[in-house]
Amino acid sequence: MNHHPTIKPLADARTAAQSHFRTLRLGTPFQPRIDALALKQDWYNWAGYRAPHSLWDEELEYFAIRSQAALFDISPMTKYRIEGPDAEAYLDRVTLRDVTKLKPGRVHYTAWCDDDGFVLDDGTLFRLSPTRFRLCSQERHLPWLLDSAFRYDVTVEEETEAVAGLALQGPTSFAILRDAGFAGVERLKIFDLAEFAHEGATVTISRTGFTGDLGYELFVPTDKALSLWDRLMAAGELRGIRAIGYTALNRARLEAGLIVANADFTAAEHAIRADRLRMPDEIGLGFMIDPDKGHFNGRRAILEARSKKRLRHVLVGLEIEGNIPAEHAIVYYRKSQEVGLVSAAMWSPMAKRNIALASLQRPYGDTIVDDLWVEIYAMRELQYQKLMKKAKVVPRPFIKLDRRTANPPADF
Amino acid sequence: MTSSELNWDAIVIGGGHNGLVAAAMLAKSGRRVLLLEAGNEVGGAARTEEFAPGFRVSAVAHLLNRLHPDVVKTLELERHGLTIERGNFVPSVALSKNGPLTLHGAYGEVLTGASSAEQSAWKQLRAQLLRYAGVLKPFLSRRAPDLGNMSLAEMTGLGQTALALKRLGKEDMRDFLRVLLMNVYDLLDEQLSDDRLKGLLAFDATLGSHLGPRSPTSLLGLYYRLAGEIGGLAGAQVQPKGGMGAVVAAIRAAAEKAGVSIRHASPVARVIVEKGRAVGVVTQSGETLRAKTVVSAINPATTILDLVGPREVDTGFVRKVRNIRMKGDAAKLHLALDRPPQFPGVDAAGHKGRLVIAPSPDHVERAFNPSKYGAFSPEPVMEITLPSLVDASLAPCGACVLSAVVQYAPYALKEGWTAGKPLFLKAIMAQLEIYAPGIGATVRHAELLTPADIEARYRMPGHWHHGELQADQMLMSRPVSGWSGYDTPLEGLFLAGAGSHPGGGISGAPGLNAARRIIAMRA
Repeated sequence: MNHHPTIKPLADARTAAQSHFRTLRLGTPFQPRIDALALKQDWYNWAGYRAPHSLWDEELEYFAIRSQAALFDISPMTKYRIEGPDAEAYLDRVTLRDVTKLKPGRVHYTAWCDDDGFVLDDGTLFRLSPTRFRLCSQERHLPWLLDSAFRYDVTVEEETEAVAGLALQGPTSFAILRDAGFAGVERLKIFDLAEFAHEGATVTISRTGFTGDLGYELFVPTDKALSLWDRLMAAGELRGIRAIGYTALNRARLEAGLIVANADFTAAEHAIRADRLRMPDEIGLGFMIDPDKGHFNGRRAILEARSKKRLRHVLVGLEIEGNIPAEHAIVYYRKSQEVGLVSAAMWSPMAKRNIALASLQRPYGDTIVDDLWVEIYAMRELQYQKLMKKAKVVPRPFIKLDRRTANPPADF
Repeated sequence: MTSSELNWDAIVIGGGHNGLVAAAMLAKSGRRVLLLEAGNEVGGAARTEEFAPGFRVSAVAHLLNRLHPDVVKTLELERHGLTIERGNFVPSVALSKNGPLTLHGAYGEVLTGASSAEQSAWKQLRAQLLRYAGVLKPFLSRRAPDLGNMSLAEMTGLGQTALALKRLGKEDMRDFLRVLLMNVYDLLDEQLSDDRLKGLLAFDATLGSHLGPRSPTSLLGLYYRLAGEIGGLAGAQVQPKGGMGAVVAAIRAAAEKAGVSIRHASPVARVIVEKGRAVGVVTQSGETLRAKTVVSAINPATTILDLVGPREVDTGFVRKVRNIRMKGDAAKLHLALDRPPQFPGVDAAGHKGRLVIAPSPDHVERAFNPSKYGAFSPEPVMEITLPSLVDASLAPCGACVLSAVVQYAPYALKEGWTAGKPLFLKAIMAQLEIYAPGIGATVRHAELLTPADIEARYRMPGHWHHGELQADQMLMSRPVSGWSGYDTPLEGLFLAGAGSHPGGGISGAPGLNAARRIIAMRA
């Protein structure tokens, strides 16, 4: 007997909320436009959202960033709205850099640590007003941020779903915004932000990005997302605007020498193995530490690790001979002693160099920088060709584009 | 030069007995020490206070059973007026409608009032309890082992414990490990049969904690008690002449002799923090006092959350401090009586001892049950002393003081303590009337201190041990994991109160250990 019981559909809110599983990955507010352009149907999971690796051609998408203008959906990025009379003091305690020096209308790149000084995440902090901030990051941190708010007059709310975000990056990005009618956008210097009108709502535009190029990031209420997309696409038509996926962006960020949480380092709350935790000094973020500012999470541990010389790792930029990308290659000292791992690598079309980011065990990469090698396993028709290539520690960023910071931004 | 320009080597916040011990130890090491006491008198919960005209009583703690021998010796308390003699040991009497049962000497060296079979069962159990408590004793007196960063001395200490375990022999060691985290109820059922004796032990194991005899780990409370000693004997207890205030007076005298400056009525408003370092305090009157070391012998949560403030320490640490379980169930009753009460069947010596109303383990468990849901015990359990029988000066001629610790009185009573207090007092008096008929008619004045009153009067937020004393808040986890060694994330700030390891009771051990730590660190 195959008697199927009839399940009475329930209409209450709890039941409705349970159907989340029917959507395997959420769409972003821009999904209708992206779906229409996604010829490759090549998706990945970005914090629970369906995001494209590539839409039509990785190479051309990358060159859209460097030669035209690339439009990248950053809506899945975690966003927190932090507001209140104590917002500045609160963020100064939670994050590494001195928030008292961040003026309204400015953005800075920062990171935050747990009590032991291990990095929880890095991200960008937008100061929208003297008492209102937006913190953007890769991972979610609401419990940590709320617990940190104890005895501060501040509210912390996640606004990831309420705010849509777009990155418009590339040499023609300024011209597109100007032509789209965002009057005054030319006054934005690097890391400035300002608010502009869009369809009766406000769009926050900052001169920031993850490409090392001239570029902007735009935040808008989700219900105005599609009209903003259309406005940019229309204005950019003759300036080569293209929607892109993450693969292209990832290349641009590597050239810019920027790191990605859980790709170039393991965030403290993700790490299972004790030796995977990283202090800011161990992933190139030591510059953010300001012992002279007020107390911040991890301060004691970080300063103690510095004074007791307990920093065990260092993140470096490498230039590797040849042109075969050394992705996830092991780094050796004198071709024999394992001293680290490459976390990201590519042949850089802009730098015309074979570049990589690597985490090394000190003193290698720190005081000992000679005689470093990487072992690249290049798969050639079902056979690995093992290449031992010389690696040189070089400063980051790997490319420096004057147009990124030029004022006024160049018209193309 | 005004006093605020003076620089002290150490400022001790809080003149409870642990604060006094820490201050005295630090002064003896050559440091210039200032002790700031919020009240008009030092001693904290170990004061002797007048609660009715001519009636004085030990404020909260009324029996001395764990004053650390090193405190007595190092501070030469006997030269400063403390006398502890074997002859002063008082018995514990389990009151019952079927006649009392008495543990004489140091926690029942001799048991009377029980069958001979029960006497021999008790002899075995007592020996075993003391043996096992002896293994834990070093843990419960020294600084908790610092797992990440162990010194040679700490290693040696751990080694000694391992050796003590080994010395137990294979069978005993296995049994030690078997029963370590057991509940006291089941253990008693295994070995004893007399409900009066089991009730007394069940009461002692759970006294001062939010546990019933059947709660897992409740046996630890009994070990904690038996790891204490007085006059060199584990489990012994005395009623100090002059009340607990006399013990404090001896410690105070030792502190002053060592050169400690004591200031009364000087509550601290905040600890001054500069670049991650505690450098002094500001009093509530606005005076700034600077010191190389700040020692807080008050509640750990008050210290971190109110005096230092969450902004000066890390989020994870604040999380831990906020999660210290600190909701006690112990109330304190003081009665001014026209004449000494009579507990039928109890001899004169017994009346000078500790009289316990906990007729069976089930009774204790039933008393505990409502406290889980924010209600007090309808038939509370209690330990009673009649201090004026030991020291006649505590009461007017012919009259009598009764002091009792009563459970269970949940900190967060559902109806609130303003409404609940008279009802709870009535429930207590009903119990007393059963065991000392006629006592109610002789009450001249009754003072009941609920956990809320104890909090307000003695600055003991929520709990008279400054944090539940259970497995998860002992040793390396007291006051919070990672910071059990008296130091704090702030350089120069140390914790020295009962909220730190080993915990509550008039032991002086947290104060002693904290001072030793500071001296060892040359802070």
